[in-house]
Formats: sequence, structure tokens, C-alpha cells
Amino acid sequence: MSNIIGIGAAPRRKEDFRFLTGRGNYVADVKRADMTFGVFIRSQHGHALIRGIDKTAALAMPGVEAVLTGDDVAADGLGSLPCGWGIHGSDGLPMKEPAFPMLAQGKVRFVGDMVAFVIADTLELARAAAEAVVIDYDVLPAVVGVLEAVRPGAPQLFDDVPNNLCCDWELGDKTAVATAFRKAAHVARLSLVNNRLIGNPMEPRAAIAEYNGGTGHYTLWTTSQFPHVVRFLMSALVLKIPEQKMRVVAPDVGGGFGVKQFHYGEEAVITWAARRVGRPVKWVADRSEGFVSDRHGRDHVTEAELALDENGKFLALKVVTLANMGGYLSTFGPNIPTNLYGPLLGGVYTTPAIYCNVKVVFTNTVPVDAYRGAGRPEATFVVERLVDVAAKEMGIDRVELRRRNIIPKEAYPYQTPVLVEYDSGDPMGCLEGALAAADVAGFAERKTASERDGKFRGLGYSTYVEACGLAPSRFAGRLGARGGLYESATVRVHPTGQVTVLIGTHNHGQGHETTFAQIVSEKLGVAFDNVDIVFGDTDRVQFGMGTYGSRSLVVGGAALSKASDKVVVKGKKIAAHLLEASEQDIQFEAGVFSVAGTDRSKTFQEIAGAAYVPHDYPLEILEPGLEEQAYYDPVNFTYPGGCHIAEVEIDPETGIVTLEKYTAVDDVGTVINPMIVEGQLHGGIVQGVGQALYENAVYDDVSGQLLSGSFMDYTMPRADHLPNMAIKTHSTLCTHTPMGVKGCGEVGTIGSPAAVINSVVDALSHLGVMHVDMPATPNRIWRVIQNAAMPQAAE
Amino acid sequence: MRSFALHRPSTLYETSALLGGVADSMPLAGGMTLLPTIKQRLAAPAALIDLSKIPQMSGISFKDDVLTIGAMTRHVDVAESELVRSKIPLLASLAAGIGDPAVRNRGTIGGSVANNDPSADYPAAVLALDAIVVTDRREIAADAFFRGLFETALEPGEIIIALRFPVPSAGGYAKFKSPASRYAVVGVCAVKKAGKVRVAVTGAGPGVFRVGAMEAALEGSFTPAAIAAIRVSPENLSSDIHADAEYRAHLVTVMAKKAIAAALQTL
Repeated sequence: MSNIIGIGAAPRRKEDFRFLTGRGNYVADVKRADMTFGVFIRSQHGHALIRGIDKTAALAMPGVEAVLTGDDVAADGLGSLPCGWGIHGSDGLPMKEPAFPMLAQGKVRFVGDMVAFVIADTLELARAAAEAVVIDYDVLPAVVGVLEAVRPGAPQLFDDVPNNLCCDWELGDKTAVATAFRKAAHVARLSLVNNRLIGNPMEPRAAIAEYNGGTGHYTLWTTSQFPHVVRFLMSALVLKIPEQKMRVVAPDVGGGFGVKQFHYGEEAVITWAARRVGRPVKWVADRSEGFVSDRHGRDHVTEAELALDENGKFLALKVVTLANMGGYLSTFGPNIPTNLYGPLLGGVYTTPAIYCNVKVVFTNTVPVDAYRGAGRPEATFVVERLVDVAAKEMGIDRVELRRRNIIPKEAYPYQTPVLVEYDSGDPMGCLEGALAAADVAGFAERKTASERDGKFRGLGYSTYVEACGLAPSRFAGRLGARGGLYESATVRVHPTGQVTVLIGTHNHGQGHETTFAQIVSEKLGVAFDNVDIVFGDTDRVQFGMGTYGSRSLVVGGAALSKASDKVVVKGKKIAAHLLEASEQDIQFEAGVFSVAGTDRSKTFQEIAGAAYVPHDYPLEILEPGLEEQAYYDPVNFTYPGGCHIAEVEIDPETGIVTLEKYTAVDDVGTVINPMIVEGQLHGGIVQGVGQALYENAVYDDVSGQLLSGSFMDYTMPRADHLPNMAIKTHSTLCTHTPMGVKGCGEVGTIGSPAAVINSVVDALSHLGVMHVDMPATPNRIWRVIQNAAMPQAAE
Repeated sequence: MRSFALHRPSTLYETSALLGGVADSMPLAGGMTLLPTIKQRLAAPAALIDLSKIPQMSGISFKDDVLTIGAMTRHVDVAESELVRSKIPLLASLAAGIGDPAVRNRGTIGGSVANNDPSADYPAAVLALDAIVVTDRREIAADAFFRGLFETALEPGEIIIALRFPVPSAGGYAKFKSPASRYAVVGVCAVKKAGKVRVAVTGAGPGVFRVGAMEAALEGSFTPAAIAAIRVSPENLSSDIHADAEYRAHLVTVMAKKAIAAALQTL
């Protein structure tokens, strides 16, 4: 059949037509008859007791339907927001897991914490009524930083969580590491901060809920990356609604980056409120509200040490981190700085012994959870920065030191000392490819040219690996996951031979409608234009865990591949009957079933027609219809990785860092659509560059106010901050995913912060600078240069 | 945003009457600060008096060595004006660097000067160029107009009609812009006219200010080198999450040198 656009092709993205012509359908576009509008009243204080809430004046205002508070939640016997992971501390005890109420119960724990929900006929009336609600607070001292939060005498967020310590987690062989450090020729040490980030997807979060009193059915439209999980959590744990009476729809969603992969209190409150007021309720966050309520990312303080022998061979790595959880445990919160961090500390190196201790800490800040990369950029930053420090201290070239320690291609599969086994990879190949692509040979000349202009120039490397394709359920279950992490897909072949795919992942910018259609086009020989991908609606799609952790192609694509294979198997049975041949003799290629060695054949379309009009059909042994479903649970993570090289120029007079060149050579396994992969890499790298040079969520450490609470103060990377990037792939095939894919959604964000900061430190190395914290803002760089220029006592 | 009445007068007389007579009213120029403030419910005027239809407040003209810019002239119009580019190029380049295209397409020179945001660009140029602020009541010299953080000499109900800029012999503006907001972290305008030099700084402190030591040095030698060693005191400068006071003080010298270099290009 013609118009097959299969694996490796780069067609334009199917979804872009509706996006670019303003025909997308986002949650904010959803309108229901007689709908009301809701406004959340959020805490203005970082930490306070709620003495009382007076809603009399608000309720007396025209058009106001209700003012709901924590007392109403308690009266209705609703559950609190669940955490999807239960980790254990080094003492074997479970993490401290205080309740996360959907509306505050007597106490607020961060600026933005939800106190009340006001519902009125119009948004304006709801806003005015919200201003009329009087909340009597007893303000308490707040604590926002992890170092301060664990100090004796620090403000305590929860009565039953001493020292604000949620969990004291560890991984690895402490004794083996101690032994290795004793015989080390050199120990490199580094203290660093991994800065707090705010995801800021283009579309703010939004939700609208409706209750049908006739059937008892609820429908929630929400900006979610995983509608089935939202339905499950709300049904089973929070609102206790029968799961079959709950529909969750996540239509077009304008970016997620992890921020939309949690079950938020707003979703539960709005669904509950829709029944309480008997009318649909709609809420759309404004940008300022997003800053103080979208889950934040990163926020680590770390001490790391690397032991090396006299030849620069890594002997052991020890990492101690304090990770900020914010005011409550979000859906994946405690999993991110532990299970998605410690197991990545092996990097691409043969380090034989690793020990990692993470103290997971509550503070009066927005809850912290997964943000693109989630744990893995933090791990990569520690390892790759430390390698550079060791190289500098030992006088070994940075690239040479990496070469001496990189896992050779022939050593795969490679078992690390921190749980994970890398199935495939070629980090040396990526490194060599990147060295050539970045014209490292010409760097000295470019540096000289910069120096002539009074500028400093630096080059930075990051050779990294990540664990993606979340996740093997059994493995995750041992680590504390409370749910499965498989994916499902249904391939529905219509009587015309055209295809609808129903898949449990969620497309919010990744291009699934294109990539998945390419897989089906290749596998079934169906025209690319004759395949539609359906996602994001629990009433249409069977089940799914959604999109995060670079899992959609790896896990969802695998389910789709398996379901497509099942269609071919059934198609062959039908073809064998129609062609009066043995099933074993039927071949299928490019949309045609044929009898081997003959010219007898049937098209895919004819077989589909026969399946739905079974006049001449083996009904005794085969059901009519052509629709197959597959669930896929991966046997291992996938391990994309690569080498990124950043080149910066620094103006010592202003401290401005300019990213001059960026080169990435990544191993993402099989590439389905190279254009989409390049786009994912671009976006991911820009977010990593954002963390390294621009973005920083800053709290006032006395009041707990978010100081970077708008785009006036939170610096998003912009087009004029970035050079053209050289993006290449150097792929080895994943040995356990059906198509050899590894995933590419997060690689850019994971590899890039370390590459950029390593280049900044390199540019300043002649001043004796060993480390610069993120973001490397002009003020910070100017300070570093000032401090380096004048001799001073060590701190 | 709360509902409000919108008045669109076409004469200055009508405008004054509305501003004096309509309770809780505010004049609306480009709205680039006022509208976000209303949207955030930080201001809730009962009425806005739109100034865009008043003929005396628009247009750019040149007469007797003075460039007059109507208060309602948008940044984009200043940036693209051949007249401005040929007479006072620093004003055109300053306007081209304000905010982003959306802001430049709405924001006005009069609105910016009347608002006197401590990080706005125009106040530095108005002060360094020794401009006259023409209002519906009087003419105010630049040195008397700006009074610190969002404060000006304007009285309640008084509105700016135009800005009169004497054409200098040389002038330049250099700005270190916030990578987030694109406002000036530090902006310096340096102007030379008839042997006198004026150096005005925006962004660094609570309001635009002149640097006498730099002016004196530049009157001796109008070169970047002449001020390279002159430091302003960080004592009264602003400090925030983007730039501390010492860094701002340092940037004043750096940006002043760049402004002089730019000015020398125009000679």
C-alpha cells in the first residue's frame, strides 16, 4: 500500500495543523451549560495556623454558590492526597508520611497552600467573593532551606515529623566505599547546590468538573499527563467514588515537563464541588498561581567525594544529599531524590563502589516533585562536576580522565554497584563523536580570539547516562512504588482498513500522534494518514499510566508494537482461510498478505473487510472483528546517554556568560522520527541551559515568600540566549524493548547542566575557580571573579 | 479585573474635566503598567480616561534645535522615527530596547516618564538630555521632575502633553538589562552639549540620578577612560535577587563607559 511512512522517516507532525491554526481543544476551551467558576484562596504565609475562616460576607454576595474549606472536606469524610511511593530509611522504617489535605486543615505550610474554594456564577464574582472571605492566621516562623530545616530548633512543619526529616535514605555499600577511600591516592571533594526550578509549561493548569445526578457519573477535564492515574487515585483514595462512575479527560495539554503528572488537590476539590453545588465548576490557574502551586523541581544541597588511584581510576564515590520536599509529599515526591538519583551515580563509569545517603526534608515551600529529568540531572551534575574537579586537582586532562574510566562498549550489559544494569551503550563512541562535532581541536584558537577581546572562553563536557522508560513494575515495587508502571495500547482496525489506536500515554507536545502513527504504518502497512491516535480520555482508552520519565515510546510504543503484531497474527489466519493456504505459508509485508511462492494475495484492507463482513470466514475457529490490545511491562529501564559539549564566553567586566556553541551526541536507541528527536533534544537542552544559567526559584528565608514569583523575576531561557545547536545521534539498540528504542524526552535536560557549568568553570580556571553554583548569573560570576582576584582566608 | 468606565476624550479641556470630576478615575496611556496592576487587583479605578484621542499629545516634530515628542507616542514610533534617528539617535535606540515588541507597540513615552519606574529606560534619557516635561498646566525641567521611586512633580490630575529634548552634540545610552524582565538593572545615559556633560543612571537605585563626579571628569575628557576609575557608592543602591548593590555600583561604571563609547560613535 502506498503512503506508508514508517520508522526512521520525518513527516511533519500530524497534531501541528490544529495547534498552529488555533483549533486545539484545551481544558480552558471546555464550556458546559450552566457552569460556575471557582477561585482558590491560597495562603499568603509560609507557615501559619488558621484560627478561623469567616465566609459570611462572601456567601451574602450575589451569584456566590459556595465557599468550601477544610472543615467541609473533613465533614464529608474525604481522603487526603496520596503519595505514590513509600520509601524506607536506612533504619528500615517507612518514611514519615503526614496527610496532605486537599484544603488546609488548621495549618498552612507554604505560600500557595489551598485554604478555601469560592464558587460563583462568573469568575469576576468568584474573585470578588474570595476577597471578602476573612481568614484569621496566627503566623509562625517559616523555614525554606534544607540545611536550616534539619537544624535543632528549626520551625517544625508537622508535630510527628521530628527535625522535618521525612526519610533518611541510603543506597550502596558504605563499608566498601570507606575501605576504598582509605587506599585512595587522591580524593576529590565538592559541595554544591542544585537549584530549585519551576516548570512553567506554556498552558497553566486548569480543570472543569461536572456531575450527572441522574446516573451518578462524574466527568473531570484536567490538564493532566496521566488521566487514568488521576481517576484511580481520586476514586480509590481521595473522593471514594466508584471508578466506573468517574471519567477523566485530559484533552490537548500545552506542555507538562512533569508539572502535570501529579494528582493535584485542585482536581479533587473541583470534582467534589461540582456535586456539592449541582453545577459544573471550572477553574483556570493564572500564571502567578502556577508559580506558587505547580510542583517545583530539584533543590538539593550535596557533599560529594570521589576516590581515585594514582592513575586516575575511580575507586569509590560517596554522596550525601539533603533534598527539599516542600510542605507535603506530592505524588512522586520522595521517589525523585532517592530511587531516580542514587542508582544514576554510577554514570558511564566503572566506579566499583558507591554509597549515597539522602535526607528527604520538609520545608515551608511548594512541594517538590518530578520535573523533566527528575533526579537524573541532579545525579549527572554531581558526577560530572566531580570528575572535572578530580581532573583539575590531579593534573589529568578532563577527557583523558573520562576515557580511563568509561565503561567500554564490549562490557555491556554492565551491572553497576547501585542496583541498575545497563543493557547497552557506547559512551566512548558518543564522546569521540562529540569531540569531532564540537571542533574541540579548534578550541585553543577560539579561546585566543576571545582573550584578544578581553573575554574568557571555556569548554565543558558531560558524558552521562540516564535511566528511562519508567519502569519495570516488579523492580519499582521493590523500591517502594505503590502502582504498576506498564502501558497499554489497543489497535482498532476499522472495516475500511483504517486504524484507530487507543493508548494510555498522553501527548502534550511530544508528537505521539505522529510517532505512533509511523509505528502502525510500518507494522501494518497502513497509510500514515489512515492512522489516528486517541489518548487522554478514560472513557475511550482502556487504561494507562500516562506520560513521564521518557516512557511513552519505550513502554507505550512497545505495547503498541505488540498489539500491532497481534493484528498481523489474526490477519494471517483470515488470509489463510481466504487464500486457501496454510497459516504458516502466509507472509505479510507492506500491507499485503500473500501465499509464499505464489501470486495469490489479499490486501490489509480486504482482510479487515472480511473480519467485519464474515460471510466467507472461519467462524468456527476465529472471532470476527479486527481489534487487538496489549499491555507491556518492561523488563528493565532503558539507558539513553551521550556526550554533551558546551562552549561559553564570559565577559569579566559584567559577568555575562554567553553560550557560544552546544554539541550533543546522544544514544537514544532506534530513532522513529529524527525530526521529533531533534526537537526533543533542543527543548531538553534549553531547559538544562535554563537551569545552568538563568532559572532560580528563590524564597525569602524569613517569611517564606516566593521572591521569583513571576516572569519578571524568574528567568526563562529565551531564543536570544541560545546558539544554534549541533545535535547528532550515535545509537546502540536497546536489547529488551521491542523496537530497540530507549527514549529521548529527558536526555537533553539531564546532560546539559553539567556541560554548561563545566564550561563556565573551565573559562574561570585560570583564576583558580573550582566550582560555580547554578544559575551562573552575571552577578554570581562577577562575585566569583572578584573573590578570585583578591587573596582571602578560606571560609 | 473589576469592571470600570472607559472615557475617551478628544480635547485637553474635556480630559481635565473628567480627571477632576469623575471619582476614582485614572488616566490611561499605553497601559503597560496600569493594566497588569488592575488585572492583579492591586488597583481598581472606577474609571479610566484614555488619552489616545487627544491631538496635542501625539506626533514628533523638530524646531529650533529642539525635538518634541508627544506624550502618547509609542516606543516603536520613537524607535522607527527618521527624525529621532537623525537628531537624537540615542533616543531611538533606547526606545528600540524597551521590553519586548508587544510592550513597544503599546507603551508610550509619556506613560513611562509619568510612571517613573526606577528601572525604566526613558527617565535616564529625559534627565541626561535636560529635557522639558510639558504638562497641561506648566513646563517642568527634568532636574525638578523626578523625585524617586514612582514619584514625580506631577500634581493630581496633571498630565504630560509632550517631552522637549534639546539636541545634544553627543549622547549615548547603555543598558544592562534583566534577562527576565528586560528592564534596566543598570542603564546609563551620557550626554554632551555645549561643553557640559550630564550622566543619568536608571535601574541602580530607587530613582533616576545624576553622577556629578563622572560629569566633571567627562567635561575634561569625553572618553570612557576618563571615568573608568570612578565608582559610585553602593550605599543607597538597590539590591535584589538579580543584582546586589555592589554589583550595581560596578555596573554603573561599566555601562557609563559603554554609553560614552556609543556617544562617541554619534560624533
